[in-house]
Amino acid sequence: MMSDSNTFEPKIVAFVCNWCTYAGADLTGTSRLKYATNVKIVRFPCTGRIDFLFLLKSFAQGADAVIVSGCHPNDCHYTSGNFHARRRWIAFRAILDLMGIDVRRIQFSWVSAAEGAKWADLVNNTVSDIRALGPYTEYQKVAEYLEKEGFDGEA
Amino acid sequence: MEKLRERAAALLADGTVSLVIGFEEGTKRPRPFFCRTSDQASKLIFDSRCFHNLAVYVTKKELVGKEPFAVTAPIATLRSILQLYVENQLKEEQMLILTADPAGELFELRSFDEISAYVANFELKRGEREEEILHKIEGMTREERWQFWLNEMSQCFKCYACRSACPLCYCTKCVVEVNRPQWIHPWPAPLANMEWHINRAMHMVGRCTACGACGEACPVGIPIDLITRKMMEDLAPEFGYIPGLPARQGNALSSWRLDDREQFIR
Repeated sequence: MMSDSNTFEPKIVAFVCNWCTYAGADLTGTSRLKYATNVKIVRFPCTGRIDFLFLLKSFAQGADAVIVSGCHPNDCHYTSGNFHARRRWIAFRAILDLMGIDVRRIQFSWVSAAEGAKWADLVNNTVSDIRALGPYTEYQKVAEYLEKEGFDGEA
Repeated sequence: MEKLRERAAALLADGTVSLVIGFEEGTKRPRPFFCRTSDQASKLIFDSRCFHNLAVYVTKKELVGKEPFAVTAPIATLRSILQLYVENQLKEEQMLILTADPAGELFELRSFDEISAYVANFELKRGEREEEILHKIEGMTREERWQFWLNEMSQCFKCYACRSACPLCYCTKCVVEVNRPQWIHPWPAPLANMEWHINRAMHMVGRCTACGACGEACPVGIPIDLITRKMMEDLAPEFGYIPGLPARQGNALSSWRLDDREQFIR
């Protein structure tokens, strides 16, 4: 995706929890804070619900980066969902790194419902980081294989 | 070996067990053998060539039923059995384990604690092959690792032998069979292969005991066992477990600590 000025506009998918980060992102809007429009937010009941494969599926579908964000430790609506999620991310990052997938393109964060400004910063920083890295064609090329062969993934 | 045969025959004869899962001589190498009568016990063998992980059979209800049974198990298999106990997949009173140490001494183990104490005598080490490949991977840049695995995975034709060989892959419905919608494409293609293997590794985090059965089973020789093995080695200090010695403290991904590592979270 290229804008008129020919700068690379990264596509970013954000997986956020309903109770903290989604409300935080909402606050960013109601506070009239301006931030990059590259992010597409997907709302989940809890960070514990975010399956690791969602992240890979986003990359396969053309995302250049992924943001995963939820409640701060001890703030989880379900008490321990984010603790379980944190462990999963530690393991997942380790596996991705071993497999040679670019872990810099996955940004984990804690954004509470009161941190509208932090959400704006998070998105802006991620966008500028990914702009420097460029599009994630490495992974997308692998995903495109079937389209080139004339198959379509979903029936 | 003779002691093992005698013991197995005795156990079957007096009805202590109704089945002994062991090895017999195969065409080229030993193969799994399900010994149901004391006469058959003479066919049992147990030596260093018996590396198949027989723990894969002990969770198969249609095979072991409800009767007590025995299984001959080298160290790698004992580790898998410990993990199965941790995950409440086995009943202690149903299973008797026959094992022999390198000197040929026969041991009978009956409970989690007994196995645990026995396995603790053997440290889990990287073999020559593991050391060589992992050393190579550890020296690569990220891009090189990506290419390395992409090349390796391009041979995968989704036979799922890795899944069948693994004693810890006991789900009756696997994630790759989830087809509403199709979650991971069933055909062998670069993305589908990568997703399957990452999925497999993720499901093994903190559970894999590095028996190497998956890598051994792979018909095209992809070193997939090293993915889960490396995860086990790297994450053991993080999650506080000893590689190859499962303990009853909850699996890595089903438990958590307040002070888990957090530097990567902004």
